[in-house]
Amino acid sequence: MDILIFILRLIGIIVLSPIVGGLMAGIDRKISARMQGRTGPPILQPFYDVLKLMKKEGIEVNRLHRFYVYIALIFSVFTTAIVLMGGDILLAMFALTLGAIFFVLGGYAGNSSYSFLGTERELLQMMAYEPMVLITGAGFYYTSGSFFTKNIIDVSIPSIAYLPGVFAGMVFVLVFKLRKSPFDLSMSHHGGHQEIVSGISTEYSGKELAIIEITHWYESVFAFTIITMFFVTKNPWSYLFAALASILVYLFEILIDNCFARVKWQMALKSGWIVTGVLATLNLVILSLFR
Amino acid sequence: MNLISILLIVPLATAFLAFVIRKEQIRNLIVVIGSAATIVLSIATACVYFKNGLQVKMPEGEVVDFVIMGLEILLAFYIIDTGIRNKKYLVAIFAGIQTPLIVWFELTQKATIKVETELIFDKLSGIMVLIVGIVGGLICIYAVGYMKWYHKVHDQYQERKGFFFGVLLIFLSAMMGLVLSNHLMWIYFCWEITSFCSFLLIGYTKTAEAKNNAFRALVMNVGGGLCFAVAIVFIGMKYQTLELSVFVQMKPAAMVMIPTFFLAMAALTKSAQLPFSSWLLGAMVAPTPSSALLHSATMVKAGVYLLIRMAPLLGNTSVGKMVTYVGAVTFIMCSLMAISQQDAKKVLAYSTIANLGLIVICAGGGTKESIWAAILLIVFHAVSKSLLFLVVGSTEHQLGNRNVENMDILLQISKRLSIAMLIGIAGMFLAPFGMLISKWVAMKAFIDSNNLIIVIILAYGSAVTLFYWTKWMGIIVSNVKTKDEKKTEKIYLQEEFPIFILAGLVIISCLGFPLISKFGLVPYLSSVFGGAIHSPISGNDVSIMLFMLSMLIILPIGFIPAVKNDKRKILPKYMGGGNVSERMFESVGNQKRQVVLHNWYMEEYFGSDKLTVWSNLLSILVMSIGLILMIWGGAK
Repeated sequence: MDILIFILRLIGIIVLSPIVGGLMAGIDRKISARMQGRTGPPILQPFYDVLKLMKKEGIEVNRLHRFYVYIALIFSVFTTAIVLMGGDILLAMFALTLGAIFFVLGGYAGNSSYSFLGTERELLQMMAYEPMVLITGAGFYYTSGSFFTKNIIDVSIPSIAYLPGVFAGMVFVLVFKLRKSPFDLSMSHHGGHQEIVSGISTEYSGKELAIIEITHWYESVFAFTIITMFFVTKNPWSYLFAALASILVYLFEILIDNCFARVKWQMALKSGWIVTGVLATLNLVILSLFR
Repeated sequence: MNLISILLIVPLATAFLAFVIRKEQIRNLIVVIGSAATIVLSIATACVYFKNGLQVKMPEGEVVDFVIMGLEILLAFYIIDTGIRNKKYLVAIFAGIQTPLIVWFELTQKATIKVETELIFDKLSGIMVLIVGIVGGLICIYAVGYMKWYHKVHDQYQERKGFFFGVLLIFLSAMMGLVLSNHLMWIYFCWEITSFCSFLLIGYTKTAEAKNNAFRALVMNVGGGLCFAVAIVFIGMKYQTLELSVFVQMKPAAMVMIPTFFLAMAALTKSAQLPFSSWLLGAMVAPTPSSALLHSATMVKAGVYLLIRMAPLLGNTSVGKMVTYVGAVTFIMCSLMAISQQDAKKVLAYSTIANLGLIVICAGGGTKESIWAAILLIVFHAVSKSLLFLVVGSTEHQLGNRNVENMDILLQISKRLSIAMLIGIAGMFLAPFGMLISKWVAMKAFIDSNNLIIVIILAYGSAVTLFYWTKWMGIIVSNVKTKDEKKTEKIYLQEEFPIFILAGLVIISCLGFPLISKFGLVPYLSSVFGGAIHSPISGNDVSIMLFMLSMLIILPIGFIPAVKNDKRKILPKYMGGGNVSERMFESVGNQKRQVVLHNWYMEEYFGSDKLTVWSNLLSILVMSIGLILMIWGGAK
């Protein structure tokens, strides 16, 4: 019986995550449009886009290029499943990185000027946000004594109380992970106004672009699961607060996206590292003094 | 004659034969057989003694002591002589102080000290013997193939292959002796032999640069040897013992910290930690097999091995803290500097130093979990790094240089080398491969011991590591078609075979790490720290990781039929105009423009010329603080 519930949960997570992620993308586009004084596409537009991309004729620049995005998708599904099943958060982060690295390798395999440049930027972005992601995992372990998601949320005081600095840092690097301006250097997820065409995804088309989009949905769900975990406790009502906080964070990210112009890579790297260094170090060092 | 003596003698005998036999084919055959025998013997030794361990009291121990002393005096004369002749007076001074010191101690003080067990084979020595034997043996076999073409390409150097093979094999034997000995004088002797062998190997080509770098290595390591000698004399005279196992079980009182400090300094020089790293970077001038040996199975691993042995005296003590932070500075700074390197061997060298820094951090941490991580790091690093060095050596032959940027055509030249290189790189940093597992446990260990600065340094270091390895991998997978038909050079079987085995070992060691943990690390740690010890990674995670690893193996293989039957249309990629060739397009006004793609090295931020001085100063600062704390503790 247990195994049956396990499998049902797993299937539920794998099926529902992209639906949630796609809806988030749709809402994002709607709100962004309203901020810019436009009507914007329907909420379900991301799904229409993906379905249309799926039907396109398959073309490619070389035979090996497209496989990297499939592996990237598999590992991002894997990541989301580990976290939502209550598994080890650090392991999930490693799986996420593994998927992201395959995405980067795909950019290299495209082997054209624009995809190469975009790839290089993508890799730099990873270097900029990765310390904060790992420190967040470490922070959760420090407060709850476990890397397992199910134990991290099984506490009486929410983690945010101990980790406000880490939370702020995480919100900051979320801009990278959600591919939002000012840190959307590598592919410019929204709109094609890019000096490097569409960067790392330049040489992808049709089905593979759809895969990239779905991968991104899973990653968004993962990212917001992390945000939620800062608020959830034993108390069932905490889920309400967590949901509210996540919505606020998401609105904030959309606002940032619409308010800032893209920065140069130097700025992206420096700000990522400095914000992480200051917020995380202060937070954790102060915390360690009380232990 | 037991198995252990045979294990020590076989490489020595092979080395002797390699020195004397002049006929190349016979010599090659003997070196291959001798290396293979070393591999088999190390496995056999491990099988026989691994379960119950072994402690040997040699009846003829005193005789061995005198032989060792004689050899040390000869060695000192040679070092002083070459030092003075080459105007490297510091080497001569170091050697001139330590050998008389040891001889004086041996002749006047040692008589009253009883040594109970001279050799100890426990789980840690077992693991080390396996690494030294298997990885070292494979490197020696590779050397036979590598040297076949080395002198054809570099005909300006004098050919001294017999000497080269001989020194490699002596090196193996000395390293085995080092990890098996419990008698401090014997460890010290093997320690000096490895320093001397690396001096000979680095200076192999006899160019001015090689000589210079060889002497730099010798100065630093003999300086470390001097620290070792001082520690021995101190331990012997103050505590009346010369056994490492007895020494490390002492209470970490203030006085004990003095020899601990000196031994730690010896270990840090040998493991090329900042500010002593320049010798390992300079060691690259030697032929690749010797770099592989220095970086993976021997030499630098001797330093971290000693630190792991001393772990009970480290941890929260002043010396322990110093060691941890020196490792931390080395880890983060050398990882940063690795970003700016284009020469493949330089990337590997900086990565070695950084990873040794990581092992030093863990050893300095001194808790069960951090030592668990440190030992596993040694295992995984030895396997992956030796693989990478060997592949880079053979790649250099194919491409004519070892610039990472030129490896974009490697897939066209040799699929096998490319795949081996990808496996090696993956082994160095990617989940779920070994190095990452250890890094993860290290992180956990330092959160547990409430040392969050180290945790933050680990997080940054991992991000940086990810950057420089992925961009190298990217160059390989970009798979550029070569314009001109480049003729591929022959890869000898002696090169290909070790590469194949090591690539397999990278994967097997990852699949098998729960076994290494269960049968090797956990029993070793419980014998050192006492009490019940569990593997730091739970069974659930292990199965997820094994699942990930199998996906990484199965998925690419699963794509093969899809690639073969791919009917999809191939269109030219977009370069901003009409494509003329792989790297050229037609721009405005029908101008043909060349496309040059190049990874980012960001030298204005991470250039080694910018960072080296500051990193060294930082490290010296940490050492000085450690020294002051130690003296403070002693004075109280």
